[in-house]
Amino acid sequence: MTNVPEPLLKRGVTAMDNVQYPDQAVGEPFANDHKMSLRNVNVFYGDKQAIFDVNIDIARNEVIAMIGPSGCGKSTLLRSINRMNDTVEGCVVSGELTLDGEDIYTTKMDPVALRARVGMVFQKPNPFPKTIYDNVAYGPRLHGLASRRAELDEIVETSLTRAGLWNEVKDRLDQPGTGLSGGQQQRLCIARAIAISPEMILMDEPCSSLDPIATAKIEELIAELSQNYTIAIVTHSMQQAARVSHRTAYFHLGHLIEVNETEKVFTAPEHELTEAYITGRFG
Amino acid sequence: MDKLQLDQHISKQFNEDLEDIKTSMLEMGGLVEKQVGDAIKALEDADSGLAERVIEVESRIDDMEMDIDETCTTLIARRQPAASDLRLVMAVTKTIRDLERIGDEAQKVAKMAIKLSEEGVAPRGYTEVRHIGNCVRKMLNDSLDAFSRFDAEAAIATMKEDRQVDMDYKSALREMITYMMEDPRSISRSMNILWALKSLERVGDHAKNICEQVVYLVQGRDIRRKKQS
Repeated sequence: MTNVPEPLLKRGVTAMDNVQYPDQAVGEPFANDHKMSLRNVNVFYGDKQAIFDVNIDIARNEVIAMIGPSGCGKSTLLRSINRMNDTVEGCVVSGELTLDGEDIYTTKMDPVALRARVGMVFQKPNPFPKTIYDNVAYGPRLHGLASRRAELDEIVETSLTRAGLWNEVKDRLDQPGTGLSGGQQQRLCIARAIAISPEMILMDEPCSSLDPIATAKIEELIAELSQNYTIAIVTHSMQQAARVSHRTAYFHLGHLIEVNETEKVFTAPEHELTEAYITGRFG
Repeated sequence: MDKLQLDQHISKQFNEDLEDIKTSMLEMGGLVEKQVGDAIKALEDADSGLAERVIEVESRIDDMEMDIDETCTTLIARRQPAASDLRLVMAVTKTIRDLERIGDEAQKVAKMAIKLSEEGVAPRGYTEVRHIGNCVRKMLNDSLDAFSRFDAEAAIATMKEDRQVDMDYKSALREMITYMMEDPRSISRSMNILWALKSLERVGDHAKNICEQVVYLVQGRDIRRKKQS
């Protein structure tokens, strides 16, 4: 058991001063049919430890939401899942992370191939400065997924259709992706992520720069995609977590506190830190 | 969590909003308790004036229910409460419904009091009214007390009293039927007492519902329709 560190108390967590972190996340962090499994995962940025001993499974075809106050490590953990942190200098990931039982941090694992299997959608839509078509076709070309133009056309159409964007852009595929609205750009990025047939999609606050209508479209899309993909989403919007996810994981200053069915987390959470956070008792 | 810490939100307004609905609900509870007490007294004393007052006050209880209900709806729309806050709002909306129905039952007892004062007192049954009346008043009082202190154990203990009330009601019913068979001329008056007893028994059921809401509020467990050991 670790005491809640001083800085948090100074931020006004007066009622929480006796709260202790659980040694292991409370609730149901494990799943029988898991796509991704994390065991004793620690992440360091230089001397600073960002993630402490996290154990969690992400089940096949589930949508898991990761919530927690800023700096709680949820994005760091998400980025460890497809080795995006490799590019961050001084970042060290320890512990065991397996995708379908395969360790993703061995030297045998090619990070580029891994990222094709575990795609990512970022907070800010970041289409390439290319045409809409090329944005989606980029990945399949890179990974040699299509041998003929017709095949590539089909991948582009299917991906854009699945991302709910096809009808809006089918007549202007040769126009720059950057010319689309924010919500369309984000759906373009999702189409780009699914064009290479990933097994899992990571979303790091995918709606934080979108208006409610664009957000609703993305959320609808998440529900549809979850039939074929495993999705982990980091979000600051608790209503969004409540709406889209099957399970919710609550992180607190690098510790995984609770993982439970979303319904349970938002009606009767087990841990008092989860309770305090989702009811707005500290920030 | 042992305490719900309603006053610990970052938003002071949210603290106040939640405290407000709880206070208003308890205020409504206080008034309903008094109504039940007055109705029983009116029946025992054949005091039609007091019974009339109970009937008048009933509309105030209805207004209070609508007011609190609206405040809860606004709070959900504006704050999207979660976890214990959500459970509090849900528990309050359900509890005020039970309180309103207890108010209705008190009104029914008051109406019987008026009838009895017009038709003449019933030959028997007042002891039963007093006894069951005291039991359900205590249950109601204890259930509201448990709510105000967020005390699930006290709520569970109070719930169990309902079984005794049901048994007492059944035995009172049997006795009243016996009297009516012995003296058919008293049937109409005895029936008035029976209706009042039935209403009081219902008050116990509603108090039990309130207790169930307290357990849901504090522990997040829905124990409705579950057998209590």
